[in-house]
Amino acid sequence: MSALTEHVEDHGHAQASGDVTANDGHHAPTDRYFIKVALVLALLTALETSTYWIHIGGFATPLLLILMAIKFFMIVLIFMHLKFDNKVLSVLFYMGLGLALLVYIVFLSTFQFFAR
Amino acid sequence: MADITIHEPEAAQVEAASHDDHGHDDHVTSTGLSNNKMAMWLFLGSECLLFGGLISTYMLYRGRQGSGPGPAQVFDIPLTSVSSFILLMSSLTMVLAVNAAKRLDDKNTRLWLMATALLGALFVGGQVYEFTAFYQEGLGFTTSLFSSSFFTLTGFHGVHVALGVIMLIALAAIIGRGRISGDKAEVVEMVGLYWHFVDVVWVVIFTLVYLIPA
Amino acid sequence: MAIIERPSLAPVVVGDSVANPPALVTPTAALGVFKRPVSTTGWKSWVFTVDHKKIGIMYGAVAMFFFIVGGVEALLIRLQLAAPDNTVLSADLYNQMFTMHATTMVFLFVMPMAAAFANYFLPLQIGARDVAFPRINAAGFWLFLFGGLFLNSAWFLGGAADGGWFMYSPNSSPLFSPSHGIDFWVLGLQITGIASLIGAINLIVTILNMRAPGMSLMRMPVFTWMQLVVQFLLLFAMPVITVALFLLNFQRIFGAAFFDVDKGADPLLWQHLFWIFGHPEVYIIILPSFGIISEVLPTFARKPLFGYKFVVFSGAAIGFIGWGVWAHHMFASGLGPVSVAVFSAATMLVAIPTGVKICNWTLTLWGGKLWFTTAMNFAIGVIVLFTIGGLSGVTHASAPADTQQTDTYHIVAHFHYVIVGGAVMGLFSGFYYWWPKVFGKMLSERLGKWNFWLMFFGVNLTFAPMHILGMQGMPRRMVVWPSKLTGEGFFNLDFWNKVSTLGSFTIALGVLLFVINIFVTTKKGAKAPLDPWDARTLEWMTASPPKEHNFDTIPTVHALDEFFHRKYEEVDTDAGPRLVKVKTGEEVLAIEEAAADAQIHLPSPSYWPIVLALAFPVIAYGVIFNVMLSVVGAGILVIALFGWVLEPSVADDSDYDPPAEGSGPTKELASIG
Repeated sequence: MSALTEHVEDHGHAQASGDVTANDGHHAPTDRYFIKVALVLALLTALETSTYWIHIGGFATPLLLILMAIKFFMIVLIFMHLKFDNKVLSVLFYMGLGLALLVYIVFLSTFQFFAR
Repeated sequence: MADITIHEPEAAQVEAASHDDHGHDDHVTSTGLSNNKMAMWLFLGSECLLFGGLISTYMLYRGRQGSGPGPAQVFDIPLTSVSSFILLMSSLTMVLAVNAAKRLDDKNTRLWLMATALLGALFVGGQVYEFTAFYQEGLGFTTSLFSSSFFTLTGFHGVHVALGVIMLIALAAIIGRGRISGDKAEVVEMVGLYWHFVDVVWVVIFTLVYLIPA
Repeated sequence: MAIIERPSLAPVVVGDSVANPPALVTPTAALGVFKRPVSTTGWKSWVFTVDHKKIGIMYGAVAMFFFIVGGVEALLIRLQLAAPDNTVLSADLYNQMFTMHATTMVFLFVMPMAAAFANYFLPLQIGARDVAFPRINAAGFWLFLFGGLFLNSAWFLGGAADGGWFMYSPNSSPLFSPSHGIDFWVLGLQITGIASLIGAINLIVTILNMRAPGMSLMRMPVFTWMQLVVQFLLLFAMPVITVALFLLNFQRIFGAAFFDVDKGADPLLWQHLFWIFGHPEVYIIILPSFGIISEVLPTFARKPLFGYKFVVFSGAAIGFIGWGVWAHHMFASGLGPVSVAVFSAATMLVAIPTGVKICNWTLTLWGGKLWFTTAMNFAIGVIVLFTIGGLSGVTHASAPADTQQTDTYHIVAHFHYVIVGGAVMGLFSGFYYWWPKVFGKMLSERLGKWNFWLMFFGVNLTFAPMHILGMQGMPRRMVVWPSKLTGEGFFNLDFWNKVSTLGSFTIALGVLLFVINIFVTTKKGAKAPLDPWDARTLEWMTASPPKEHNFDTIPTVHALDEFFHRKYEEVDTDAGPRLVKVKTGEEVLAIEEAAADAQIHLPSPSYWPIVLALAFPVIAYGVIFNVMLSVVGAGILVIALFGWVLEPSVADDSDYDPPAEGSGPTKELASIG
């Protein structure tokens, strides 16, 4: 199995210029990049929370689920580095995630949970 | 049995097994991935099944509050939003810690680890406050199916956060005393993976439990 | 990488010459209060070991003990059911008996025995020196032992669990089961569950990351492949039962409402959570034995396994499809026609990959030069008996048919054919096959044949009549069957229950002969050559028993069945190309030994695994009896965790790997775990 070497070590002090180098395989997410990602996540959270005050009726549930999914994958892919790591790790994690989704959605379906 | 300490010849390797990252040769693995990292991702994969079960149980029972208070009566969305934001920011401080560890910058590693621990502790504190408030409003652990499921789900999550806080503090202390030799960055990264996962579970709980209208 | 630090008294044989005199290496100073355990002999070398082979043997010995316990429980059940309205066991005791029989057999015998084989042979089969996380491996064994003892201590502390191994609610609530038995059951399984989960992580990393150079995934032995699937099943199934057990625990101990029908609970919640775990669990039970016979059949047919790729992929397919069938245990629970239809179809689907395996095993035998050793007999027995059990299983997949069969002895017949006839016979095949390698002695073939035939006939005598009993309406889990329902004619309940009871004692006799075989062999068994069966896979390319470090040099793998291909070469003869044996196993091993590594790194023994494991039963007793005990247990846990993490890295465990580049002893690895 090919190994994607994770990233070049940032020795010592200065931060790499820019956030992420263009070619995948060798890169180093800088502190600035992570802060940008965190800001986006904060924005999305604010958007989510705003539904408490701004009522949008039946659109709320799908919107909230989509925002939740975006935040979920941003954290997993970027903060947890899965996007840049060896694909084996992705397979292992998505096996668990996929199985959980499959099994528990079927489980809830037998209780007619989604029929409402 | 004794150990022989003869100087060894180098063994040929037929299959190109890549070296682990971080420069120096750790051991060589068949996939090129470190054992520790693979183990942590496997564990996180299994945790999906764990939290999935707790979340599903909650989703099944969340409307069954009997004569006790329901979500609309007790939830304080503004407060919970603040603690969600705090936990989210703790993920940022965590990746800053990992970056610092990769730069071999012990001081900042420990700084960001402690910052993460602090934010995590704030989150747990918020949970404790929330639970106490609910209890005073008549929502105990055994009050109803809704309450049992709610407290079990968020309680499990909270315990995971608390354990994470302990790990972060312990790690900062261990690094400070120079008790980890070798690949510090990987250890910090592993703790980071656990921490982010705990955060990501909260992202799901916050939406499904608090925000989505019943 | 750490060099072993133990005071050495005798030189270890590496290769057939020792180039340098052995060095005396002393333990380095540690932070802790106690010195590292360093014994290489005596009980300490077992209690603090991290060697996968010793751990495997301990798993096997304890599993054997629980097999006897579960077997006695079965015999008592059969004695009670031998006659109508019988009084051998009271109703209360009967409920405990069938609950504990199943719990013990599933969780404390079959699973740990499979773990014994996995622990011992996985590293050897992939050409590694140990598993990825040796201390976690040790902790897993002690957790299993302590969990099993804790669970069974209920017998002496107010009565064992009595809700059936499936523990349906609301029967499992304190109202219907007021003794602590179920609490012991819940907590005991949580403890053993931790062992299964950490073991799964350990073995998956080992298989994926520690294969010898040249051993691609499709060159791995089938036993290794099946274990890989099993570990993934464990990894993902254990958390689900963990949730269910916590919910039940919170209900019983803290009064939570989860299964309180008064408060609006749905009893099906438990059933779903349990069977989402429970169905993958039965594949966890059977796949190791499928793996074992996939090694045994080619060896004694003197032919490679037919359709290796198909056997491997069908194993993976079983593992995947097996997640979609759980509600076939709930056909009569009121799920509704849509759910029932979906799960019925999925259940029929899952039979297909197993059928593929049966075909491949049969075709392996076809045209082979069959050598009927005891191991081979057991392996063929698996094919026959599992097929029978599988056929009744297919009838259960049809929901209308199952509606009649469910909760009757027809189901009991099915799963005992597949478990006893399939999984257990497969394990026995493994015993006879691998005993010479593990213990350096040959089990008696004469006693083995008696063992096999008694078990084979015993299984059929015991469980075949149960098909009839079930069809005649005899319900499961009932302390008595009433004489007024006995019926007349050929299919009466009385005759066939007696036959079944006779059969159970026949099985017991067979098992007794196995135990006698062990004793006789230990005392005066023939010494085993390193390759008694002319086998095909890498675990045979070692001494019998293997040296502590397994391989003097990590082998380089060029093909599937690597060991076989080192002994045999294709030679052109007048009659065409023929496989000719050019080397014996001993000669192949000698070549490896001559190229022995100079520096071999093994992890040092450690206290922390057993200390950590001890914390859990203490916590569990505290949950049931006195919370202060739990506090003490938690304290032990915290100390053990810190001690483990801080264990001096010089003497720390390191991951096994192909020989390190000549980097010397200064490279150290931060190891957590």
